[in-house]
Amino acid sequence: MHELGIATSILECVQAEAARHPGARITKVGVKIGELSGVDRDALQFGFEVLVKDTDWERLVLELEYIPRLQRCSKCAHEFRMTDFDPQCPRCGDFQTQCIGGEELDIAYMEVDE
Amino acid sequence: MNRIAVEKKVLNENQVLAEQLRERYREHGILCVNLISAPGSGKTALLERTLERMDKSARVAVLTGDLQTENDAKRLAKFGFPVKQITTGGTCHLDAKMIGKHLEDWKLEDLDLLIVENVGNLVCPSSYDLGEDAKIVLLSTTEGEDKPLKYPSIFFKSELMVMTKIDLLPYVPFKAELARENARRVHPQMEIIELSSTTGEGLDAWMEWLKARRQKARQKLQAVKG
Repeated sequence: MHELGIATSILECVQAEAARHPGARITKVGVKIGELSGVDRDALQFGFEVLVKDTDWERLVLELEYIPRLQRCSKCAHEFRMTDFDPQCPRCGDFQTQCIGGEELDIAYMEVDE
Repeated sequence: MNRIAVEKKVLNENQVLAEQLRERYREHGILCVNLISAPGSGKTALLERTLERMDKSARVAVLTGDLQTENDAKRLAKFGFPVKQITTGGTCHLDAKMIGKHLEDWKLEDLDLLIVENVGNLVCPSSYDLGEDAKIVLLSTTEGEDKPLKYPSIFFKSELMVMTKIDLLPYVPFKAELARENARRVHPQMEIIELSSTTGEGLDAWMEWLKARRQKARQKLQAVKG
């Protein structure tokens, strides 16, 4: 239940970016949400809508991109999508695999009308 | 329409403050640990036993977070070490700003170990870096063995899982082996310590873990100082 706080941080970031581009209108913000980020996408989308409603930012679109957990095998360097929490490398069978993706909670881009 | 790449962390502001805290801890050779669990898993009970076993000259301090009340700080203040309550008022986690604010009137040069007891919650605290060296997650035997699978984020981000209330194992359906297996499915390198704050079983391993990590923090400081 911290999605409203996350939504506020996203909006603040957009506002800071807008201040650097006077006259431009930011129409969309793209955010990457990793499987391991602990953030619920529906709750975040809902929180964001509530936050911007009846404000100057009402038309700002929040686009969420889900990033699944990605592992890399320490032995054969194979990269694979981890499913059902099974860390075993599907190529060589080794269990020593490292997480290389899925922790994201990042603002990726913004779209601007100039 | 123009698309501009941003590539910035959503919680960038918290991250910047957390890195500043981490740097201050490093400068003073302090080990900071962040204890996280569901409400009622035994964070405060474990801290009571921990402080009780500390040498009176130990340079340890505790920040304890809750939505309301000073109850935990009162429980922990009995042991004579500096303890401060952070009441969040309703916020479900601690953030780096709250930590910085509550550290203001403590001298970091007087500390070796700072223990942060987070708000009881397995979800939100996982998103907020507090500048700690290690997150520690507690799982008690009165919960489900599948909690690591239900809340993978926090189990993935914690270096150590402390299984608490093991004195209750004969009376509850909890299967310790399954809980260990689930934790390692989410986080294969997870260290695990099992203990009971009531009987004291397993507390030696916990104190040893803290001691070893404190030595490591001190060594890092000496390496920097050359």
